[in-house]
Amino acid sequence: MNIEIRNGRVIDPKNGVDRSISLFIAEGRVAALGEAPTGFAAGSIVDAAGCVVCPGLVDLGARLNSIQAELAAAVAGGVTSVVVPPDAVPPLDEPELADRLIHRAKEIGKARVLPLGALTVGLQGERLAELAGLRKAGCIAFSQAKVPVVDTEALLRAMEYAATFGFSVWLQPQDYWLSRNGIAHEGEVASRLGLAGIPVAAETIAIATILQLVRDTGCRVHLTRLSSAAGVVLVGAARDEGLPVTCDIGVHHLLLTEDDIGFFDPHARFCPPLRAQSDCQALSRAAATGLAAICSDHTPVGADDKLLPFGEAKPGATGLEVLLPLTLKWAAAAGVSLPAALDRITSAPAEVLGLASGQLTVGSVADVCIFDPHATWQLTAEALKSRGKNSPWTGCMMTGKVKATLVAGRVVYEG
Amino acid sequence: MHNPQLNRTGELIHLLSIDGLPQPVITQILDTAASFMEVSVRDVKKVPLLRGKSVFNLFFENSTRTRTTFEIAAKRLSADVINLDINRSSTAKGETLLDTIDNLCAMHANLFVVRHASSGAPYLIAEHLQRIGRDDVHVINAGDGRHAHPTQGLLDMYTIRHYKKDFARLRVAIVGDILHSRVARSDIQALTALGVPEVRAIGPETLLPKHLDKLGVQVFHDMNEGLRDCDVIIMLRLQNERMAGVLLPSAGEYFRHYGLTPQKLALARPDAIVMHPGPMNRGIEIHSAVADGPQAVILPQVTFGIAVRMAVMSIVAGN
Repeated sequence: MNIEIRNGRVIDPKNGVDRSISLFIAEGRVAALGEAPTGFAAGSIVDAAGCVVCPGLVDLGARLNSIQAELAAAVAGGVTSVVVPPDAVPPLDEPELADRLIHRAKEIGKARVLPLGALTVGLQGERLAELAGLRKAGCIAFSQAKVPVVDTEALLRAMEYAATFGFSVWLQPQDYWLSRNGIAHEGEVASRLGLAGIPVAAETIAIATILQLVRDTGCRVHLTRLSSAAGVVLVGAARDEGLPVTCDIGVHHLLLTEDDIGFFDPHARFCPPLRAQSDCQALSRAAATGLAAICSDHTPVGADDKLLPFGEAKPGATGLEVLLPLTLKWAAAAGVSLPAALDRITSAPAEVLGLASGQLTVGSVADVCIFDPHATWQLTAEALKSRGKNSPWTGCMMTGKVKATLVAGRVVYEG
Repeated sequence: MHNPQLNRTGELIHLLSIDGLPQPVITQILDTAASFMEVSVRDVKKVPLLRGKSVFNLFFENSTRTRTTFEIAAKRLSADVINLDINRSSTAKGETLLDTIDNLCAMHANLFVVRHASSGAPYLIAEHLQRIGRDDVHVINAGDGRHAHPTQGLLDMYTIRHYKKDFARLRVAIVGDILHSRVARSDIQALTALGVPEVRAIGPETLLPKHLDKLGVQVFHDMNEGLRDCDVIIMLRLQNERMAGVLLPSAGEYFRHYGLTPQKLALARPDAIVMHPGPMNRGIEIHSAVADGPQAVILPQVTFGIAVRMAVMSIVAGN
């Protein structure tokens, strides 16, 4: 069906578009911006008055524990492409598992699912998974999710093998030995509250190791969920050196610090941990300058797994439905323009993936998010479609509400 | 941020930590404890303040000594005391911490004395009680992970006040494994809240938390330097599992550098007192000649501990 989205402010960061014009969609693709193409007959007209019309969000990390609910949450959050880390149960280390996930997502027909295959069998960091087979089944890259590879030789060989086929490897930089017992940033708050610390060195040592292996193997690496100022500096230098390295930051780390642990709030437990104010500021600058993309790191956790003492509670927060409002909140606080902020959750992550999504170029697939940037809503368990109700923002007002989400020109969500 | 241990009018309803306790509340506890001191030397060692109330000792981590002092304190206040050794009961059957609390609330508990291996567990309980509207049930932290042991901190303050009268001119040294010590954290917070001008931490870098300066503490690695002219020395217990490994090479080397000997004690002021939360490792953190010497006040600490725990229980249950 042909659709005209009119009266909205169309922002396409990839092409530098920011104008109040109509967007025309035909046969699931962007047909034109501004003037209707000749012979265009709209089967449906969407009035986007007061709204922003932008590419559908591309989320570089979301766990889909209950896939139906989480994909509904994705499109309710304006997310049209979801990268799924392999740390599911069981870990995504066999082609059939990737097949099944992709098939199931297609059946559900909401957001696109882009699985990351496990780099090693069972994410154990010992034996290589069948990377080529996983790729054939649809895995876009290979990852250890949040599980560090302890054996540096195994990491070296995995990167060599991935480089052989031109595959990308995604790694969350966290040294096993320095992080295994820790539950919070090794800083003032952990010292005061008596929480075992994870030093910044856990991140920088891992980044330094990975970067050296990138130099040696030429493997393309995406570093996920940076948490520290020192980590940002290392990645920035690697980019200047010309290494094939990209990175992302979980949106919560742009807004929260160790202080938000307050009196042991389990909802402020993250992996990597929330760090100091100075780290938060450096992460914010990295996102502002475009060094890093922003992702939700969506981690639905059952209520029982958060109603525990801080150190026993599972880390992570629900993210798909707050990625957009929290990115807007960060942008307002950091003085980042709306188009630049949207770039970090649309075209920048698409570039990491090497995909042509996250843009409204004529001819590209029409994944679109329409949102009211001024509408407010309260974050409550009921307001979320995700099964994961775990959020440090529960009870807070969010600004920015998705009105409609389109995947390949089909309306998959209307708010 | 709402401090869950105080009610809206600033009264103490739970004792979870010394952190955030206003100085007058600490002084009120110490004064109340002083008034209870004579109860322990009476023929009939009881006052009826908690008569008809049920105190549950919830020890998720083994402890005989602390549990016993809480039990004695509750009994001297005429409360009914129920000891639950959770290690061997509910959690072994898979019950969650808060399910245990709900069950005990249904048994009309009035006060929980909680020891738990996880830092912050008593906060979780206090917040849960608030959420379910049970503001008639109180929580006293008897030690949570590395975080706090507030009644030990308060009894240490009672001891210091007893011997030194005034906090305003003191130099206090805390020696040993501060990183893993909930006692040290509570002592540091109590000492700074009471206006002690100089709090020193003495230990090897492996046993000191980072950013101690932010807690108002001066760090010394050399014990001889750190003890100089101190009025109060608080020795900490070194856990067996830390004696040899990546934190320390051996108990012997630890004792040579951080064990309190008569020679090192001589560097402090002549009237300095020596404290220890117990149980002591003689020959590891403290020489027997010091532990049994005239400057040690380790046994009076235990006696004061009962009065302090009576004071805390009577105050929180009364608010």
